[in-house]
Amino acid sequence: MNAQSQMQEPMLSVRDLHAYYGKSHVLRGVTLHIQPGEVIALLGRNGVGRSTTAKAIMGEVAPKGEITFKGQPIAGLESHRIARLGLGYVPESRDIFPTMTVRQNLILGIKDMKRPGKYSIEQMLEMFPNLAARADNPAGVLSGGEKQMLTMCRTLMGDPDLIIIDEPTEGLAPKIVQQIGDMIAEIAKTGVAILLVEQKLSIALRIASRVYVMGHGEIVFEGTPAEFRTRDDVRKEWLEV
Amino acid sequence: METIVFSLLNGVIYGLLLFMLSSGLTLIFSMMGVLNFAHASFYMLGAYFAYTVTDATSYWFALIFAPILVGLVGAGVEKWGLRRVHANGHVAELLFTFGLAYLIDEVIKIVYGRNAVDYRVPEALDFPLFTLYGAQYPAYRIFMLFVAVAMLVALWVLLKRTRAGLIIQAALTHPHMVGHLGHNVPMIFMTVFGVGCALAGLAGVIGGNYLVTDPFMAAYMGPIVFVVVVIGGMGSLEGAFVASILLGLLQTFAVSVDASFADLFGWIGLSSATEVGRITIAQLAPMLPYLLLVLILFVRPRGLMGEREL
Repeated sequence: MNAQSQMQEPMLSVRDLHAYYGKSHVLRGVTLHIQPGEVIALLGRNGVGRSTTAKAIMGEVAPKGEITFKGQPIAGLESHRIARLGLGYVPESRDIFPTMTVRQNLILGIKDMKRPGKYSIEQMLEMFPNLAARADNPAGVLSGGEKQMLTMCRTLMGDPDLIIIDEPTEGLAPKIVQQIGDMIAEIAKTGVAILLVEQKLSIALRIASRVYVMGHGEIVFEGTPAEFRTRDDVRKEWLEV
Repeated sequence: METIVFSLLNGVIYGLLLFMLSSGLTLIFSMMGVLNFAHASFYMLGAYFAYTVTDATSYWFALIFAPILVGLVGAGVEKWGLRRVHANGHVAELLFTFGLAYLIDEVIKIVYGRNAVDYRVPEALDFPLFTLYGAQYPAYRIFMLFVAVAMLVALWVLLKRTRAGLIIQAALTHPHMVGHLGHNVPMIFMTVFGVGCALAGLAGVIGGNYLVTDPFMAAYMGPIVFVVVVIGGMGSLEGAFVASILLGLLQTFAVSVDASFADLFGWIGLSSATEVGRITIAQLAPMLPYLLLVLILFVRPRGLMGEREL
């Protein structure tokens, strides 16, 4: 494969993805793709299936349809296999391990001790002084923003090529939202592709190079932030409450 | 004084044996969310495997290999049995382990017969180690103490001081997240189940010859181990440890108390000439764990150190 075709081959490609919760048909043919190093935002109101899209890609919800990552089909693979291909996931629930220290949480992000990733624990702590100050405290006592940072750092320890980040700023104060936004932008600069599931347009439009809007379990708009800004109809119909 | 020292030693040893069984059970509970009714059957398998291996080779081989064999059987049960049943919910899992317990019982009866087998304390350890207040103390009991403490330390180091232990602990509470971080959760679960069963097997190896190895040993031990796990708090290793020692001491001391209700009645000034009066405290010993179980569920349903209610 030459450099040209590698550029065109999406890193993650989701085609006609369906998912069900019992009898309810939650995803009705979602199609999206992400290039290496690209940051895209997945927007939409609550309950339209954005988180389910993330879960279906990560193997937590049974997917029907085609999902390929780096050219390999991953639909229905066990979640640790998907993770080991280089796909990281920061869930909405954050899921830090509360009784373990911040440092131990980071250790668990390393997939294989024999093949350490880009960052060592010490480097990670240096980059995030907030976490360093609490390195040996149980993660359960961190603030919401710090927990979100820790979750993202923990996933970064596993050296992913693409991270799916689900609602990172939910329930956080505006100042912290800003910080988390900066952090995601920083991660993107290191060349990691990001699929950001967000509700706050300010963050999404600042970081993303492409935007998808979801409604009723399918993609209803795709375009650049500039294109999105010209489409008041999309915003009114699919995003405003 | 003499009684107290002996009871204390015996109580702690019995308690540690209980912990060997309940530590595996409580870990498996954290993982599956249901009690494994077959857990004591793995204890029985340990004793019988040890009997067979000892016959063919020596006790020392049995001490190593019988628990490993039991662990492999346990891992197989998880991989090919429980994992499939899991999809059908907790009740199905519970019934599966229930059936498995009876299945193992029956297999043991077919293979080894209904009577106790002659699984003995090895000769090398069958001597009085020291004399205390004029009474001899068997070396094998101190050996049991030694093995149990070694296992306790090994388990603690594994869980609290290694990365593998951290992954296990995290997988017990957040299995999905641990999978997304690239750790093979089904494999971790199989290992935990296997190691839990191996620990029960080890208890069988060192306890089977000290107590008795017969097809009813699982049915005798099973309920007491459940009591330990409930009193300690479901899913709590620390709780299981405290409850094991507590029950070990309680039962041993009760047996050694040489008093009857008649004496009690005498102290509080009642007539002792009743049927109740003839009951001794020692006779109550088997009842005490269950009395404690009922009381704990009444007063503190999540147990001494448990994080969640039943």
